[in-house]
Amino acid sequence: MSLTNEIVLKALIDQFGEHIKDPTEPYTMLTITIPASQNVPILSWLRDHRDFQFVFLTDLCGVHYPANGGLELAVIYHLHSFIHNYRMRIKAFVSSLNPEIPTITEIYASANWMERETYDFFGIRFKGHPQLKRILNMDDMNYFPMLKQYPLEDQLREDKEDKFFGR
Amino acid sequence: MAEAPASLDGLGYTLTSYDKVVGLARAHSLWPLPFATSCCGIEFMATMGSNYDLGRFGSERLSFSPRQADLLMVMGTIAKKMAPVLRQVYLQMAEPRWVLSVGACACSGGIFDTYSVLQGIDQVIPVDVYVPGCPPRPEQIIQGILQIQELVKNESLMRRKSEVYKELLNKYGIE
Repeated sequence: MSLTNEIVLKALIDQFGEHIKDPTEPYTMLTITIPASQNVPILSWLRDHRDFQFVFLTDLCGVHYPANGGLELAVIYHLHSFIHNYRMRIKAFVSSLNPEIPTITEIYASANWMERETYDFFGIRFKGHPQLKRILNMDDMNYFPMLKQYPLEDQLREDKEDKFFGR
Repeated sequence: MAEAPASLDGLGYTLTSYDKVVGLARAHSLWPLPFATSCCGIEFMATMGSNYDLGRFGSERLSFSPRQADLLMVMGTIAKKMAPVLRQVYLQMAEPRWVLSVGACACSGGIFDTYSVLQGIDQVIPVDVYVPGCPPRPEQIIQGILQIQELVKNESLMRRKSEVYKELLNKYGIE
């Protein structure tokens, strides 16, 4: 049996009903949106599914959509089923005022460092993570640099003033 | 063959200043510590290889312990998280010590004008010679070493004890 988007989506909707929202297929990859509170049951069901066997978490990352009122931050999960060589993407949105989502380190141990990285850059707190602290940036950094209100450039440079460039 | 400093010569003796003799010896036996973090480090490997052979200039003995090194060669992007490490390496070096900053990233942050990259290592340690380029060719790195050698040859033996030098280090919060 080879997996198709229709089979996986139907199985997900049969199991979780209205929790499965906005199914799309960008570049033929099945993408769904789930409530942040449902990430643990849905991901563990996909991993433990007898046929699907999404045993590999390819990627976990954050995205900031400042214009998406009330749900500004997204956590994206990429799952891979080795046995079918089939991939899918799961999105969960949280508010930037209280960016909290349950950790999935209990399901995929590899999520540990990826959740730390997402916390490091977006400030998303993964409830229940065994060691949620910065992983790449300096420990004394006092903001989350990938949030779009912060400029990319180093603010300490003195040689980039407009007057030096005739602006 | 290194050129001898200006001297007063006679039968069986040569008179010259102590500064010059020590400078000559130091300049042609620099032990570099390569602090290579990225592509400039690859150019440095070519510089040490047989085609360019930095050994011709008396620096074939690389020191991987800062305590035995005279010259700190910083080659590559230094992230802000790496800055305290670089500073620690510099502090572990014994006087007299020199610093060669190789490549755009080490000199100024280069193309990485971003929150995570140190905008020039001279924000944390004093630098003697800057080698521009992205990355610089081995010839340029050799030219940088030759410039360091000129500094070493002409440095007064009292410089490291002088007030000016102490002030320079204090500016970086050292000692």
